[in-house]
Amino acid sequence: MYAQMVTSEAADDSPEARAFQARIDAGEKIEPKDWMPEAYRRTLIRQIGQHAHSEIVGQLPEGNWITRAPTLERKAILLAKVQDEAGHGLYLYCAAETLGVSRDDLTEDLLSGRMKYSSIFNYPTLTWADMGAVGWLVDGAAIMNQVPLQRTSYGPYARAMVRICKEESFHQRQGYDIMLKMCRGTPAQKRMAQDAMNRFWYPALMMFGPSDKDSVHSAQSMAWRIKINTNDELRQKFVDETVPQAEFLGLAIPDTDLRWNEERGHYDFSEPDWTEFYDVIKGNGPCNVERMTARRKAWDDGAWVREGLLAHARKKAGKVAAE
Amino acid sequence: MDALHEFCLRMGDNTLVLGHRVSEWCGHSPVLEEDIALANTALDLIGQTQMWLGLAAEIEGQGRTADDLAFLRDAWDFRNLLLVELPNGDFGQTMMRQFLFDTWHHAMLTALAGSSDDRVVAIAAKAVKEASYHLERSAGTVIGLGDGTAESHARMQAALDLLYPYYGEMFAADATDTALAAAGIAPLPESLRASCDVRLRQVTEEATLTLPASSFAHSGGKTGARHTENLGHILTQMQWLQRAYPGATW
Ligand SMILES: [Fe+2]
Ligand SMILES: [Fe+2]
Repeated sequence: MYAQMVTSEAADDSPEARAFQARIDAGEKIEPKDWMPEAYRRTLIRQIGQHAHSEIVGQLPEGNWITRAPTLERKAILLAKVQDEAGHGLYLYCAAETLGVSRDDLTEDLLSGRMKYSSIFNYPTLTWADMGAVGWLVDGAAIMNQVPLQRTSYGPYARAMVRICKEESFHQRQGYDIMLKMCRGTPAQKRMAQDAMNRFWYPALMMFGPSDKDSVHSAQSMAWRIKINTNDELRQKFVDETVPQAEFLGLAIPDTDLRWNEERGHYDFSEPDWTEFYDVIKGNGPCNVERMTARRKAWDDGAWVREGLLAHARKKAGKVAAE
Repeated sequence: MDALHEFCLRMGDNTLVLGHRVSEWCGHSPVLEEDIALANTALDLIGQTQMWLGLAAEIEGQGRTADDLAFLRDAWDFRNLLLVELPNGDFGQTMMRQFLFDTWHHAMLTALAGSSDDRVVAIAAKAVKEASYHLERSAGTVIGLGDGTAESHARMQAALDLLYPYYGEMFAADATDTALAAAGIAPLPESLRASCDVRLRQVTEEATLTLPASSFAHSGGKTGARHTENLGHILTQMQWLQRAYPGATW
């Protein structure tokens, strides 16, 4: 997901930790001033931070098409969408700050490579149909994960998710609408749409993280209710919802083993290539270098602006104090 | 009326081209809050473009749409100020360009409240609220960075020196402007100059910046006579899909 492979730390067995777990089991929300195990706090910082970074880096593949959007309306919608993602980043950094880290620290961790962001944003957006595929599949997959996280145990995270989820359905709808226009359009547009589907299907499935049998950190996170469903549950739900939508569009899903399983009441489908997934996570995706270069450049080039505005604010505060 | 048609193109091309430039920052700004604010500015400008070019197409009466005007005209038919097509440069240059434009844009839209054309009044009424917010922000940023560190001051002074020669075009009149003023549709551009100059002096003074001594002004954008080399590159990007796939709907 946006937070794909968060290393969770084991809880200790102190009386406080047991009382804390009892609160979570009773469905109570944990608030910033409450006692919490260090491991819970650190795991959450990693998870929320990774989620925030994904929103920010996630601006880049779609930002890539704003200046080339084919109509004024599409341009406005895409701008609004990418602006929302920046806003999501802001809510999430604020939620992380309640755990005692600063936004600047988290940013430094992203830029130095100590913290990750979702693998999906390391794939290129090559045609206008990719704006459709990203909205429909990528935001669609994000929704699968974020809707349950509205009930996560940490109050500020849950509330950030409530605000984010309100906007995500618009994101998915605008993506699907682009796809629909392409699929009902000229042969060239249909070709673009199918090509986008072919390139984004498996990377979208990877967003949910490795298969449950290989997902070593899930149990503790689920006990703490900072993870609500397993990776495979969410992936299955995504496939089940997406296949009929693809059929309506007239797009083929690039998986010859995909078929409805009457017995299970779910679609059977092929696993993505996990070797590719780990390559992307390690920095060898098609766009890892470009994405990090762009973020570092924005941060480095912006240093004089941040310092300038800060210096001015201090001068003003000094003048007010002197009066 | 031809002058009104021309006027709508001028207003709409300004917001289209500046909106394009500002949107180039998306995902690349110095701080997250600025990224959101710049996207918001671009969004307002594109929205205003839809209204101005929509009215231009309506007056034209040839069945063209705002999109046709935005995506299917060549550079010589564009009527935007040279200022708005200039490259973003650093963040300071972008904000200085925005401030100079906002100063004029806000004054113009305010004056259009008294236009004899109801359609113009309606567009201006919506746009002026956005423009006044843009002006507040860009003026504040120019002041903050001008009066910030030695480096931010030097960069803002360089931006002002670079862009000031493009300030004067906003107040230069041609036959279209005279016809618009005679019909009570829009004010004479030079009538906006005094109040804009006052604001410019106030803001640059507070920003500890020095206005260049020369009042030389480049021209050729709003008449379409001679754009800068930048516009062709902007259109190459902006119009590419519409040009490469004619007749497709998106
Ligand atoms: Fe988001
Ligand atoms: Fe989204």
